[in-house]
Amino acid sequence: MSTAVVSIEHVDFDYNGLRVLEDVSLTVEQGEFLGIVGPNAGGKTTLLRLLLGELKPDRGKVRVLGRKPAEARQHVGYVPQYPLFQRDFPITVEQVVLMGRLTPRSLGFRYTREDHRVAERVMEQVEIADIARRSIGRLSGGQTQRVLLARALVGEPSLLVLDEPTANIDQRRETDIFDLLRQLNERITIIVVSHDIGFISAYVNRVACLNRTLLCHSTAELDADTITRMYGGHVHHVEHVHD
Amino acid sequence: MTDGMHESFWAALIAFPFLQRALLAGWLASIGCGAIGSFVVVKRIGFLAGGIAHAVLGGMGIALYLGFDPMAGALLAAVFSALLVGWVTLAWREYEDTLISAIWAVGMAVGVLFIALTPGYDKDLMSYLFGNVLLVGKQDLLLMAGLDVLLVAIVALWYRQFVAVAFDERFAAQRGLRVKLVYLSLLVLVAMTVVLLIQVVGLILVIALLTLPSAMAAHYIRRLGGMILLAMLIGMALASIGLLVSFQQDWPGGATIIIVTGIAYLLSTLWHAWRQHR
Repeated sequence: MSTAVVSIEHVDFDYNGLRVLEDVSLTVEQGEFLGIVGPNAGGKTTLLRLLLGELKPDRGKVRVLGRKPAEARQHVGYVPQYPLFQRDFPITVEQVVLMGRLTPRSLGFRYTREDHRVAERVMEQVEIADIARRSIGRLSGGQTQRVLLARALVGEPSLLVLDEPTANIDQRRETDIFDLLRQLNERITIIVVSHDIGFISAYVNRVACLNRTLLCHSTAELDADTITRMYGGHVHHVEHVHD
Repeated sequence: MTDGMHESFWAALIAFPFLQRALLAGWLASIGCGAIGSFVVVKRIGFLAGGIAHAVLGGMGIALYLGFDPMAGALLAAVFSALLVGWVTLAWREYEDTLISAIWAVGMAVGVLFIALTPGYDKDLMSYLFGNVLLVGKQDLLLMAGLDVLLVAIVALWYRQFVAVAFDERFAAQRGLRVKLVYLSLLVLVAMTVVLLIQVVGLILVIALLTLPSAMAAHYIRRLGGMILLAMLIGMALASIGLLVSFQQDWPGGATIIIVTGIAYLLSTLWHAWRQHR
């Protein structure tokens, strides 16, 4: 068994007869911080759902942590772009975060002491400990994003997947979140999906550019030519930071 | 004047076992309603619950026609219609609206047809549709108590999984939870609650008792657990008031309970809105 956290081999995926992904191959090694960028409708979300085991490829093979994605999902922390729950659902931040500890065998009302300990530690880490008892509907966009991140982290995942973490929050907070992700990356492999190519390249150590097919995958290769091919020359601002 | 009427209700309550049974039936129904209704409200499946409730008449009609106990028929039909509605919503989500409307109406039509074909049963149709709380017997109470125990036990045992699936199905699946199984179980519990309520308010009025006490509780409590307990208490109080009014005015019990519940919900909503905009 290889050490690759994610291995995608020659994957095609059609959606309603439309080819969304074509011959995509990608390997993510342990400890990487990979950014997947590309235009809207370029197949980013589809690729992500393949990784999460929510979709199956029409051709090719997807393996996560050496297993089928559906079997690995409990070891994958997933932070969605938008919260899918009703904002008026009667539940506290703490209870939402604790849901990340659920397993099919969880019975009864109470979480274990260990569950609470991990949840408290993670809430400290993402700086939401002070709003632990607040209702989920009374949070700002940035706070909600952090709760979703905490919920993904309490499951102690080997791989963390974030869908457009910059979509819903203000600029200062975005930076905070990425600094936090960089810290987490010391222990966890991270994949971030984003259309915001400039912002993401400052943090990740490799970029995969996706527009139906995979055009490149490294920060160094991410030159103007590729961006033009991918976006069609409508990029206004690309910020490149190389150490 | 009012005092006198109250006195006569209390006196009657002590004197007449049928009133005691009616009150007890109202309370037993409120327990199931609070527990399951709260999930119906937070998951916003009131329409599904309505479809399940009405389809139950089909099973009751067939049971009557075949000479079985209509309550046993109701229970079977409830589970069947819950699974049917669940299957429809899982497999054809885009046509959910139409298909549930179809199940809703066809289920009732089947019930009306079979009851009509059964000799000597025309009067019962009204009591299935609108309840007849003053005719609740000891057997019915035992069945209701048994259903309550079962409902509460199942909700208690899988509480966190029900909450997780009601809150965010996608994340629940990501945690490896059997989302479809939990969802279908929830619908079956809704169906069992409907059967619990048939005796009290009948299956047309069921949906109000299933949702309104919980919706009122949500005005005051922002935790699901507390919401469930408060909904049970609100249900009990409203069923008691409804019975009292229906006894005094000689109005039909089920309809009176629903009207009292509706008025209480309206007042609670206005109060809640006023508090929010103050």
